[in-house]
Order: sequence, then structure tokens, then C-alpha cells
Amino acid sequence: MEALTSGMPFLVFLIIGTIAVAASILVVAMRNPVHSALFLLLTFLCVAVLFVLKAAEFVAAVQVLVYAGGIMVLFLFVVMLINVRSLPEERVMSAFWKGGLAVGLGLFILFAGVVRPGVYHEPKGNERDLRTQTTYRMRKVRNADGTVTERRVGRSRVVGNSEAIGMVLYRDYLVPFEVASLFLLVAMIGAIVIGKRELLAEEEESTPQFILDRAEKEKEVKEVVNGR
Amino acid sequence: MSYAFDTTDIVLSVVKIAVVLLALLNVVPIMVWVERRGSALIQDRPGPNRVGPFGLLQSFADALKFILKEDIIPAGAHKWIYTLAPTFGLLPALTTIAVVPWGRKFFIEEREFLGRTLFEGGRWFEPVIVNVNVGILIVFALASLGVYGIVAAGWASNNKYSMFGAIRASAQMISYELALTLAAVSVLLAAGSLRLTDVVWQQSGTFRLFDTIPIPAWNAFSPAMWIAFVVFVVAGFAETNRLPFDFAEAEAELVAGYHTEYSSMKFALFFMAEYMAMTTMSALIVTLFLGGWDIPWYNEPPTFLGFILSVAAFVAKVALLLFVFVWVRWTIPRLKYDILMRLGWKVFLPLAFLNIVIVAAFIAMRWL
Repeated sequence: MEALTSGMPFLVFLIIGTIAVAASILVVAMRNPVHSALFLLLTFLCVAVLFVLKAAEFVAAVQVLVYAGGIMVLFLFVVMLINVRSLPEERVMSAFWKGGLAVGLGLFILFAGVVRPGVYHEPKGNERDLRTQTTYRMRKVRNADGTVTERRVGRSRVVGNSEAIGMVLYRDYLVPFEVASLFLLVAMIGAIVIGKRELLAEEEESTPQFILDRAEKEKEVKEVVNGR
Repeated sequence: MSYAFDTTDIVLSVVKIAVVLLALLNVVPIMVWVERRGSALIQDRPGPNRVGPFGLLQSFADALKFILKEDIIPAGAHKWIYTLAPTFGLLPALTTIAVVPWGRKFFIEEREFLGRTLFEGGRWFEPVIVNVNVGILIVFALASLGVYGIVAAGWASNNKYSMFGAIRASAQMISYELALTLAAVSVLLAAGSLRLTDVVWQQSGTFRLFDTIPIPAWNAFSPAMWIAFVVFVVAGFAETNRLPFDFAEAEAELVAGYHTEYSSMKFALFFMAEYMAMTTMSALIVTLFLGGWDIPWYNEPPTFLGFILSVAAFVAKVALLLFVFVWVRWTIPRLKYDILMRLGWKVFLPLAFLNIVIVAAFIAMRWL
């Protein structure tokens, strides 16, 4: 049983990783935008599984919730609304593809050179180590000779996945986190401003608000006339 | 990283999965019967009463009919996605229930059976398939995938009514998901955990109203969270596409909405997904707000008897809520689409936010 379960994570990684890579290639290779969107969804789900393998259930759940359940639905929504059935067929080795392959290969070599265990943090042994959080505080300690000194005392305890992420986001990296959210807000306002356009006179007359206002005005006029 | 399993764990897991899945699948024919008899009761007519006692076997006749009907794929449809769409709809409905606890945990004693020692050293039986520490997030993550079945079906059918149903459904589900999730955040703040078993434990026991009357400490009765309860139930109705929010299929306007073109078992799968999503939503409302498996004014012992009693309490609560789903469907007429969107964004979302602030204040004052 031990032999069966110990190799399992690596096997799952191989299968899911292959599907993720294949699906992400198909995202750009498909000529129908709806197919591309669905393959992107598959990629997101596979990445979520990879997060689970690294004992990051919180990130996995948020990945599915935000990307697969939120953003991709909006993507599909827009693709369906503008109703592009299919893009024109292109030769497989068009200029775009050659450029894309070159960039992809370059990035791969770059990442392969940079990413290795221990670059960002010391590799941690097991799940328990990953979840151990140490908090420090100053504490008065009575020494053997009767003097009292302040000493920094650390206390380790195992916390849940979401708690650990909350600690990192809202304590250690609070300012970058808030700045990032401000950036997103600015981007959203920018998109709304760019997307909004002045309506032509005849379009203005067909908006629901204009019709409602007109009806209101007519009603007022009628009331005034009837009152007299 | 190592996973410590032994044979007993695996067998117990398989048993749990089998029990929950079979229960969920069997809810569908029962609910179809309840829905038809319930609607007949409300509309003062007999309803199906020919097949079996009280028409109980009507659902089996329906199922047989579904299997025997011709399976049609329209010529203009996108074949692959059209075939896959019912599965997209069914999978989230089937899997979400995995993190919902359905009974009190109890201790299994070590015992001898046919010369083998079972449950070595005794072990706790936790009646939930996976007790992950981000349970509620998994529920919402899977529930948010439910919209893909509808969208894929509507798009692949190549039919204008289906398309309209799909677009309406996705807009509606995105809007109400926010209110639903934010209403649940209040509960999680109070429980201090994302694990659903912790949420249930936090609701067991009683609190005393005016220091005299003991009331079950369920979140729905808590002065801090009843707004979230109302928001969650209404958003739950919208999320499961039930009347008064069933714009995805609105038969008076869109023929049958996203499944207009579907026939035979493919249609039956959509039908099953709807009832299973309804059951999951009921189980979730019970777990988050109505005390889960907690029996009011009774302290369940950590034995097999306590387990059975708590499972019965859970099933009774879910059944009651399922009946409320049917009751509401045949009592309240469909809303207008713009009213639905306005309600979601301008009423329920701010109310859910307000409730988070209220709960946070309660926690800061140490009232919870």
C-alpha cells in the first residue's frame, strides 16, 4: 500500500501537467474562440490540481473560483455575444507562429535556467513544515542572578492554509497587496471610460431612461391640464 | 510529501462515497414525485396517482420513457460540445456534496470479525467524504462551474431560444454568486474557519434569549446573521435556477431555454442536475445556517446511536428545505428580468456586505 501511494503525486503530476500543457497549446491553436475558451478552462482546472499537489488547497480553490468560475464565464459570455463563429484558417507556419515559437523557446530557456529548488525560499520538507507559522513577541525573562531582561520569544504553531495566506497577504505584504488592488481599480475605471461612448441623438431617444423620463413629463403635463 | 493511508481508511472512504452518491441520485426521482404531487396539492388537482401507490412509481415510468426516446442531435449543432454539455452540468452537482458533513462523528471500537482485527485501536468515523480545511471555498468553486453546462448547451444547440437562455443564465448566476458567497462570509467570520465541520460544531448547543428561554445556537437565529440567512436563501434560489428566478428556461418566453433542443437521456441529465443542485443547496443552507446535523435541545452522544440520530436530523432538515423549494415554485410567479438583476446588485449584494460589517462588529464587541 505504501509503495502504491508514495508514487501517486508524481504520477498525477505527470498526467495533469501533460494535459495542462497540451490544453494551453490548443488554446492558441484553435480557430474557434469558444473552443479556445473551453481549453483555457481546462488549463485552469489542471493548474488547480497542481496547486493541490503542492498542499496549497486555498490557492487551488481560489484559482477555480476566480479564474474558472468568474473570469472564464465572462470571456465565454463576450465571445458568445459577439458571436464569432470561426476565424479564417491560417497556415500552421505563419509569421505569427514562427515569432510565437521563438519567444516561447526563449522564455522556456530563461525559466529553466532560473527556476530550481531553493531559488525563492528554502525547500521545506513536509506539509507540517509548510504550515508552521512562528510569531515573535518581547517577553520579560527573569535571569538566574535576579535581573530582568527583555528577550524575543518565538512561538510556532500549525495554522490552516487560508490562515497562512492571510498572514502573508495582510501582514507581511500588505502595502504591495493594496497597491495591486488600486491598480486593478484604475484599470477597471479606465476600461469603463474607454468603453463608454456618447450616444447619437436618435440612439438617446431609444434608451429606457429617456423613454421613462418622457412618460413622466407627459404624465405631469396631463395632471396639470386635468387639474385646471 | 507522504500520504498515510491504510486499507481501513480506503474502505471507509469508498463506503462514504457510495452512500452519499446513492442518496443524492435517489433524491431525484423522489423530488420529481414530490414536485408533481406538491404542485397538484397547491393547484387543487389530483396529480399523478395511477402508477403504484400514490403514484410513487411514476418517476420510474418517466425514467424508462426517457431511456426509450430517440436521442436527437440537431444538424446545425456543434456535436462535441452539445454531447458534453449535460456532463458539464451534472459534475458540479454531483461533487459539491463531498465536503458537506452529514452526521456527528463517532468512535468505532476495535473488534474481531472472522478472525481478523478490524479498526485497529479504534478510530473516529467522520461522516463527510473529504474534510478539507477550505471546504466552503471548494463548494463555491464547484458551484461556480455549474454555469458551464448551461452556457455550453445554449451555445452548442445553435438555437436562438437556447442562446438567450444561456446568456440570461450566465448573467444571473454571476450576479447572484457574489451575494451568495458574501452571505457565507458572515458565517465563516463567526465560525473562524473555512472547514464545514467547524461551522456545524460552532452552531451546536443553545444560547439563552433574555437569559431564560434556551434557543438553538443556529446561525439563522443569531441576531447577527439572520440578514445573511435571508440573502443566502434567495441567492440560492437564483443560483439553482428555480422559480421565481428560472430565467434560463422561462417556458413562457423561451420555449424551454437552454435545453430546448435536448431530448432523451441528455435532457434527463439536465433535469437530474437541477434537482441535485437543489439538494446540494439545501444541504449547504442547513450546514451554514440551520445547525447542520445538530438536534435542538439535545446533546448527541459520540456513539453509533448519536450518529444515526444526527443523520436523521440532517436528512429531515434537508427534506424540509426541499419542500420549501417546491412550495415557493408553485406559489410565487416569475420576476421580470431587469427586476432580478436590480435585486441582485442593488439589494442583496449591499445587504450581504452590511451583514459582514455587523458580524465583524459583534466579534469586536465579543458578543459572538
